[in-house]
Amino acid sequence: MKKYNVIIFLMVVLVGMTFTSAALAEFPDKPLTYVICFDAGGESDITARIQQQSLEKVLGVPVVVVYKKGGGGAVGWSDLMRAKPDGYTVYGTNLPHTIVQPMTRGNAGYETEKIENIYMFEFTPDILAVSVDSEIKTVDDFIKYAKANPGVSVGGSGQPSANSLGCEAFGKLTGLKLTYISFTGSGTAVPALLGGHVKALMTYTSMAAQYPDKIRPIAVAADKRAQALPNVPTFKELGYEFVEGAYRGVAVPPGTPKEIKMKLEQAFEKVNYDPVVIKKMEDLGFIMEYYGEDASRALVTKLTDYYGQLLKDLGLLKK
Amino acid sequence: MLDAIVASFGNIFTVKVILMIIAGLFGGLMAGALPGLTATMAVALLVPFTFTMNPTEGLIVLGAIYMACIYGGSFSAILVNTPGTPSSIGTTFDGYPMAKRGEGERAILIATFSSAYGGVIGVLFLLFLAPPLASVALKFGPPAYFWMAVFGITIISSLASKSILKGFIGGAIGLLISTIGIAPIGGDVRFTAGFPQFQGGIELIVALIGFFCIPEALTMISNRTQKFHLTEAKHKGGILFKTFLEVMKRQGNLLRSSILGTIVGILPGAGGSVANLVAYNEALRVSKTPEKFGTGIPDGIIATESSNNAVVGGGMIPLVTLGIPGAPPDAILYGVLLLHGLRPGPELFTTHSEVVYTFIMSLFVATILMIPVGIISGRLLHRTVVRLPIRFLAPIIFFLTIIGSYSIRNNVTDIYIMLTLGVLGYILKRLDFHPGPITLGLILGPIGETGFVQALLMGQVLPNKWMIFFIHPLSWVLIILSLLSLGWPLLMKKFSKRWKIKEMTIDEN
Repeated sequence: MKKYNVIIFLMVVLVGMTFTSAALAEFPDKPLTYVICFDAGGESDITARIQQQSLEKVLGVPVVVVYKKGGGGAVGWSDLMRAKPDGYTVYGTNLPHTIVQPMTRGNAGYETEKIENIYMFEFTPDILAVSVDSEIKTVDDFIKYAKANPGVSVGGSGQPSANSLGCEAFGKLTGLKLTYISFTGSGTAVPALLGGHVKALMTYTSMAAQYPDKIRPIAVAADKRAQALPNVPTFKELGYEFVEGAYRGVAVPPGTPKEIKMKLEQAFEKVNYDPVVIKKMEDLGFIMEYYGEDASRALVTKLTDYYGQLLKDLGLLKK
Repeated sequence: MLDAIVASFGNIFTVKVILMIIAGLFGGLMAGALPGLTATMAVALLVPFTFTMNPTEGLIVLGAIYMACIYGGSFSAILVNTPGTPSSIGTTFDGYPMAKRGEGERAILIATFSSAYGGVIGVLFLLFLAPPLASVALKFGPPAYFWMAVFGITIISSLASKSILKGFIGGAIGLLISTIGIAPIGGDVRFTAGFPQFQGGIELIVALIGFFCIPEALTMISNRTQKFHLTEAKHKGGILFKTFLEVMKRQGNLLRSSILGTIVGILPGAGGSVANLVAYNEALRVSKTPEKFGTGIPDGIIATESSNNAVVGGGMIPLVTLGIPGAPPDAILYGVLLLHGLRPGPELFTTHSEVVYTFIMSLFVATILMIPVGIISGRLLHRTVVRLPIRFLAPIIFFLTIIGSYSIRNNVTDIYIMLTLGVLGYILKRLDFHPGPITLGLILGPIGETGFVQALLMGQVLPNKWMIFFIHPLSWVLIILSLLSLGWPLLMKKFSKRWKIKEMTIDEN
């Protein structure tokens, strides 16, 4: 009997030691998984890939990008709710997606407040764009055209999305009747514009930066001009109070320890100041943002009020 | 252009680059042969490795992987009746019956030569006709995509040779399954039964594994034969050269299928999964002996395998000229180009002509090298599968189905979905429903639905919104093609019946 007691005692000690050593070990000491809730090759993937190398340097461990796509990101984010809160799995998040999905769907699988964004690193404003050979050159031209042709088709990515809600908000602001046509991604909306199947796009700055010789951005829905599009005015400059776009950030599963969250927040902040990262992001039309954990939460609260009101006005809130 | 091509040879024919291509080919073959690892996944997995290479080398490796992956899908299609990637669905129709007869090696060789042929044709189009062909991609608006999906559905009438009704019921089942999840347009939640996991819908690969693999493995077990092995391997000498000649004699089929593959590749949103079935259908339609399709004839494999590899080159046509990915794996290549600061478009050909032409020529070289690499690995795999007793083979297949369906989205729910669909597929198979039409419905459902809803939205400015489906000449071309495709097998049946009656009366006399 005594022999067993000794063995049990030893085992308890051993288990205890591994636990304490795990707690004492410097986070992170194994590879970090960065989950993208969209297709490989999409913009969320590209931004993560830009961060990947720099993040590996800052954290000192490999960063593995994996994909959990579906439901406009919702499948991945509902997984985030149940993921292990040890800081080794971070999820890419997008606003307004994580705000409007729970508002419009019966069961999105997650709640907006439970997504603990530790850092929001970029903003991609909406732009109103036409094909380069279009007769429309300015916002005034567009409004004139839309008044003469009610129901003019405006393509964009997803619904409800920053593009679709932007289109609705802009129509409301200017009193225009626009027909929003949703595409399954920014990448599929561009050929529709080039082929003349839609008249204009409510898309993102990144598309104008990626197709400079094919699409003509006529205004940016941001507070200030985009680095990649210095000659394109903002709607605000032209007298329209219209700011809309999508934010990207990273979140950890609910219940992740505070110290680990802080470490990750600092790591992502450091990555965001890496000149190589900034250059690549800005070249592709993304606007760098530096929202830490608290600032991100404040941003989500602010946008939740805004989109709640907008969806209510449009009659899109779930019953 | 010519001097850029010549310069590119200097970049490709170095020991390092050739070794990289061969490594990429082996990797791609393995990924392709494993159901669940698609070309898109394989290319995405390898992206981080290309960060340490220069952009040209990175593209060369990814291109080789992509090419080999599409070809590798034929191995599992032939040997265990499961398409390794959605591009090889049609290869199961004739490849597996051949393997069952003991002609697996011959089937693999046919697939090898056809794949290389299709790959080369696709790359030739990419090299010489990219700019004019790219504009085709833009002509396809939402109404055209809708009619294209309708045309695709009509293929069922020739796929389901036994019972057209059962074929269309199968297609309808596939279409219904494709509506599960968030609507592609509008974002409504449909048929999720309250489970958030279903928001992403039923992934095509998961359904493919379920419908093809599980019923096959179950049949293997339940056929209480005394047979120890799945098939007998008949080894014939000189099979390599004989098969090569056999394939090359069918220039009509090879060329037609390769061109079809290139065109489908150019269209964004449709890839090898559509191309191989369209090519199969067309091969069957022009054949003098359509009734032999599905019983294990070389023409079936030639059509599917040459067309799906032609998609590789075709899909890159809009990618390099317009920056629009033609097929899903091209989207990843697009990301890689952007990450390296290479913006696809006309300026890519002028400012980075060496990178572009080296990449295109490397695809060419990879396609040729695929023949020896494919023959070696194909033979190895064939021998393994053939020699493996069923009591080992069946559990291994089950194991791979689980790994495969999990890995596509890293989602445990997908395993349950796959197993459920597998049992459903087994029952349907017992009732003589072929999995081909079901998966066709699943592939075309989202394409057709997206086109339909977008077109109706666009039509709101017209006096009657339904007019939108009939105002473009392209729509009419597709409508006529659909009617032809739908009516052809019925006409043929009528004629062949008449012939048969004649023959019988002659016999009686």
